[in-house]
Amino acid sequence: MPIKLNVNNVTATADVPPDMPLLWVLRDILNLKGSKYGCGIGLCGACTVLVGGRAVRSCMTKVGDVGSQPVTTIEGLSPDGLHPLQVAWEAMDVPQCGYCQAGQIMSAAAMLERTPHPTDADIDAAMSGNLCRCGTYTRIRQAIHEAAEAGAAARHQ
Amino acid sequence: MRMNRRSFLQLTALAGGGLALDFYLSPLTAAQGPESPPDLTPQAFIHIAPDGVVTIMARASESGQGMRNMLPMLIAEELDVEWKDVRVEQAELNEKIYGRQFSGGSANTPQGWEPMRRVGAAGRQLLVTAASQTWSVPAEECTTQSGRVLHTASQRSAGYGELATKASSLPAPALSSVKLKDPKDYRIIGHSQPGVDTHAIVTGKPLFGIDVEVPGMLYAAIEKAPVFAGKVKSANLDKIKTLPGVRHVLVIEGGITPAAFTPWEPGMEPGIAIVADNWWQAQQARKQLKVDWDLGPAATQSTEGFKKRAEELLTAPPANSLRKYGDVDAALKSSAKVVEATYEYPFIAHVTMEPQGATAHWKDGKLEMWSTSTLPGNGVTLVAKTLGIQESDITTHMVRSGGSFGRRLQNDYLVEAAWIAKQIDAPVKLLWSREDDIAHDPFRPGGTFGFKGGLDAQGKITAWRQHFITYGDEKNATSGGGIGQDTYPAGFPPAYALYTSKQPLMLRTGALRAPGDNAYCWVAQSFLDELAFAAGRDPLEFQLELLGNKQSPWTSGEHDAVGDHEPTGQSVLIPERYKGVLELVAEKSGWASRKKMPGRGMGIAAWFCHLGYFAEVADVSVDAQNKVTVHQVWAAGDVGSQIINPAAAESMAQGGIMEGMGHLAQEITLVDGKIEQSNFHNHPLMRMRQAPKIEVYWRKTDYAPTGLGEPTLPPILPAVTNAIFAATGKRIRTLPLKQSGFSWA
Repeated sequence: MPIKLNVNNVTATADVPPDMPLLWVLRDILNLKGSKYGCGIGLCGACTVLVGGRAVRSCMTKVGDVGSQPVTTIEGLSPDGLHPLQVAWEAMDVPQCGYCQAGQIMSAAAMLERTPHPTDADIDAAMSGNLCRCGTYTRIRQAIHEAAEAGAAARHQ
Repeated sequence: MRMNRRSFLQLTALAGGGLALDFYLSPLTAAQGPESPPDLTPQAFIHIAPDGVVTIMARASESGQGMRNMLPMLIAEELDVEWKDVRVEQAELNEKIYGRQFSGGSANTPQGWEPMRRVGAAGRQLLVTAASQTWSVPAEECTTQSGRVLHTASQRSAGYGELATKASSLPAPALSSVKLKDPKDYRIIGHSQPGVDTHAIVTGKPLFGIDVEVPGMLYAAIEKAPVFAGKVKSANLDKIKTLPGVRHVLVIEGGITPAAFTPWEPGMEPGIAIVADNWWQAQQARKQLKVDWDLGPAATQSTEGFKKRAEELLTAPPANSLRKYGDVDAALKSSAKVVEATYEYPFIAHVTMEPQGATAHWKDGKLEMWSTSTLPGNGVTLVAKTLGIQESDITTHMVRSGGSFGRRLQNDYLVEAAWIAKQIDAPVKLLWSREDDIAHDPFRPGGTFGFKGGLDAQGKITAWRQHFITYGDEKNATSGGGIGQDTYPAGFPPAYALYTSKQPLMLRTGALRAPGDNAYCWVAQSFLDELAFAAGRDPLEFQLELLGNKQSPWTSGEHDAVGDHEPTGQSVLIPERYKGVLELVAEKSGWASRKKMPGRGMGIAAWFCHLGYFAEVADVSVDAQNKVTVHQVWAAGDVGSQIINPAAAESMAQGGIMEGMGHLAQEITLVDGKIEQSNFHNHPLMRMRQAPKIEVYWRKTDYAPTGLGEPTLPPILPAVTNAIFAATGKRIRTLPLKQSGFSWA
């Protein structure tokens, strides 16, 4: 029986087995290629998406377990690509190869929802599950701080 | 001695002391592309639309080093346009019009610096000629600015877009004849230009090899033997064919005969390809496979066996004497103090964030490929040979990859995808799992160094003897395991010997970022630190003194003159530059005034490779459980007169340092020929909480700019382990760290 999903505020159906990982449903069935495969066992974070607002590893999340919870991927993080994190990532020119960055941004987005003004320790705790093989951590950290400030500024307007 | 451009490629093989001969010579001399560089034309690289939008073709592949910015920036600068008006488009593979399309060896900067600027300047000249003909004024009276040609005397001007059609019909000038800008007039070079793909990356656009989508495409996974080159005897193929979504099951016979020396690109590895409607189904079907393997001779290999053989070779007379001057044995005998040490480092894997894979489509006798290779020309040659087709029947699209670090110089995954596509007559995307990617990596080979160093009564180096145990047959060192004769510190100690011995290795190895150097720097700069300590001297001052007393000429020729603007003259170590980065990093890190505290220390190291010089200092603390924290790193680099894209350059240096730290904790081990590591839990990368603050400084010198992919990496390994020694008094001579009783905090 087809599985109904709410992905990026759009209802989608996928005729797949319930134990198929959300990552592969997103990528190969729904053609949302932004979430990446890196390890398949939740060690690298490249596949991170938001399910019900929480950052989850979509490679380990069975599509049948998602239910009615909204799924947000990098493609749906903002309507215009101008989420404060996306803006900061561009301003800092964070990516090198860029492969892990969707996952980094989604983890950071979930963190900023809970912790709008993260300290370095908050960033260490929230972001250490996301590997960057190119080693762009310095810039990821700076970009998160920058996005947090921009977000705060936006709220005060 | 002045070297011409032709000799440059050969000499780079020796540059940086120890670029593995086999790595550099095999890809660069492989039969691919034209013998001599083609005459590059501005028309091939530059397309100007009537509205003035400039499209510049990026000829090199992109896997994160910023080549899609750097090379087009060089063209745009001399074309004299605004970077905001430039669109960068990825060139397809066509070395007849683009020249070499190769991203490796930090070579794109030195090899692109002059030709790409000349392409831009030739384009500008065509536009000026078009304007001067249109206006019937002398070309010399015309100037350009921001995408316009101006004739001040008659107060006329025209946008490049208006002149483009006429310009493109004119004969292109010889590149050697065009005039280049004075560097003081640069408006793009030397100014940070954010990555041309950054917006697409942060909005999740399908840019990468894994994202390629071809209508009607199927997905493939390959099961291979747990031992290198093991063959399929039998398998439950009939059952697999009945599983959900499975369309094809193919046995790959493979073409590798395990031997003491495994060449670069040894052939297809045997296995079973499963082609399904989606990749997850192919992977699910794989789990049901029951294969009876003929594991072959590589099943006898083990890390323990390698270690035992290395110990035997270390105590036996060396097989080869690679470089020798002075009487090293006599000098050691008459030294006031002799220090002996054995250093060992393991095999490690590339673990690019995007695992290997490729997409291929065989249709009507033609093959279309979507390749992430950084040496795509070799890929075409290999595919044609393996499939028995003509190279002219292959089209290659170059697709951004999620990292290479040397991995994608080899094209094995591309050959596999092409082979499967031809069998099934349909488009197919092959993807390796992370576990496949680690088990079948062309590893950075491990190695062992036996050192003896002598000191005189004043604490000066008298002799340096090293015996390097590496892998290969009598003739060839395995890829990444060859060492150059001029590898530092050759040339500096008064008496010196570099010996090598090899043991067989039935395993693929390859180039990992700063191949050879990523290990030779660690051993040499660690042992130098040991000697400084034994001499009771500061390691910085000790090394500066050594660099000031060159004793023997380079085997590959001397650098001709300081200020040589040709990168060709820079392929040997220039002591002044090496000292320069050491002095700069010492100044920036406060080396001279560093505090001595139990459990906390600073380490320093430097290296020359891939035409670049880097010195790094690490500030490290070690807790009671021997857990190591790197608090801060200072890096000083000399890659010549220009930092072409400063923000990207800084990022590249920080990334090289993070990767080098990662190497310290990684290992690949074998039991019964099987790789024990499988994923990031046992082949770890550094994580955010372990990332230190990293400051990067540039020492600009009067040399042509050179590349940054590699030289940033090597010094951090000994900088950290020397800092651990400073903090604890414990010398790390065996990697990974855990083999010496340490781990990351």
